[in-house]
Amino acid sequence: MAIEQEILSKNNAYAADNRAHLNAQGILALNLVSSPGSGKTTLLVKTIECLAAELAVAVVEGDQETSNDAARIRATGVPAIQVNTGKGCHLDAHMVGHAIEHLSPAADSVLFIENVGNLVCPAAFDLGEAHKVVILSVTEGEDKPLKYPDMFHAADLMIIAKIDLLPHVDFSVAETISNARKVNPRIKVLQLSARTGEGLEAWCQWIKAAHAMAGVGRLPAHSVVQGS
Amino acid sequence: MHEMAISESILGILEDEGRRQRFSRVRKVRLEIGALSSIEPEALYFSFDVVKRGTLAENAVLEIINTEGRAWCLMCERTVSIRQRYDACPGCGGHQLQVTAGEEMRIKDLEVD
Repeated sequence: MAIEQEILSKNNAYAADNRAHLNAQGILALNLVSSPGSGKTTLLVKTIECLAAELAVAVVEGDQETSNDAARIRATGVPAIQVNTGKGCHLDAHMVGHAIEHLSPAADSVLFIENVGNLVCPAAFDLGEAHKVVILSVTEGEDKPLKYPDMFHAADLMIIAKIDLLPHVDFSVAETISNARKVNPRIKVLQLSARTGEGLEAWCQWIKAAHAMAGVGRLPAHSVVQGS
Repeated sequence: MHEMAISESILGILEDEGRRQRFSRVRKVRLEIGALSSIEPEALYFSFDVVKRGTLAENAVLEIINTEGRAWCLMCERTVSIRQRYDACPGCGGHQLQVTAGEEMRIKDLEVD
C-alpha cells in the first residue's frame, strides 16, 4: 500500500498553521537555536532592552526542565511563557502553537522562540518561524558548523557571540564563517557581545528589517508585488 | 535522540491510515531516508521497536531505503553527488552547492493486514 507521506507531515501542518497565524498578525517569529551555554537568554534580555522602545516583544522559552529562563525574561517586563519538553530534546510546532495561543502576542510584535539548547534535533522541526537564528559563542569550536551541519544549513543567520572573550581564547572567526558557508553558502553572520554591547545595534537593525518584511504580509494583496 | 519523536510521528501516521483505510496490523513499513536527512538509521530501528509495542505495528518490520545526496553546483552548472552537507563539489572543489536530493524523510509504502 503506497503512502508517500512525509514523516514530519503532522509537525509541518502545525507549523504552517502557526506561520499563517503569525503572518496575518504581522508578527515576526525568530527561532533561536544553539548549544547549551552559548548565552541565548542573556542575549535575549539585552535584545529586549534594545528593542523595547520601538517594538512589542514576547518570548516562548523552551527547556527540558525548570522555568528559570522565562522568569529571567519576565523580569525585563515582556510576556514570556515556558515550555518544558520533559523527555523531549526540541520544541515542536504543536507545543509552540499552544504557547502562542496562551501568550497571544500583540499584532506587529516580535516573537522570540528560544529553543532547547541542542544543535541536533531542533534543525528538523519547523515551528512556523520566519527565520532560524543559530548562536555560536567563541568559547566553542570553529568546526561546530561542520559537526552539526543540519542546523547551520537550516539557519538564515549565524550570531558569533561573546566576542569580548576573543583575546582570551583560540578561536578564529574567519575559520568559523568559512565552515558555516561550506554547509550554507547563503548564511548571514553577525558578531556581538551581550556583555559589552558591541554588535548589538547591528543585530537589532537586522531584527527591525526582518520585522518590516513580516509586516508586508498584512498589506492589502494588490499593494504587494506578486511573484510570477 | 529525536529519532524517538520521529518514531512517534511514524506510528501516528500508521494509526491514522489504519483508521482511514481500515487495516488493523502493519507487517512492514518502508521509509525513504536521505543521506543528508538528520536521521540515524540505527537509532530509528531502536526507537521504533520501543514505540511500536502494544500498537497495530507491534510486529512491523522497518525497512529503510537510503537515498543519496545530490546537489546542483552553481559554478560547474551540473548535478553532483555529495555524502555530507559540508562536502565540496567533486568537480571544482567549491561550496556553492544547492542540495537537490538526499533530505527525504518519508514513509513510502506499507504492507498491512
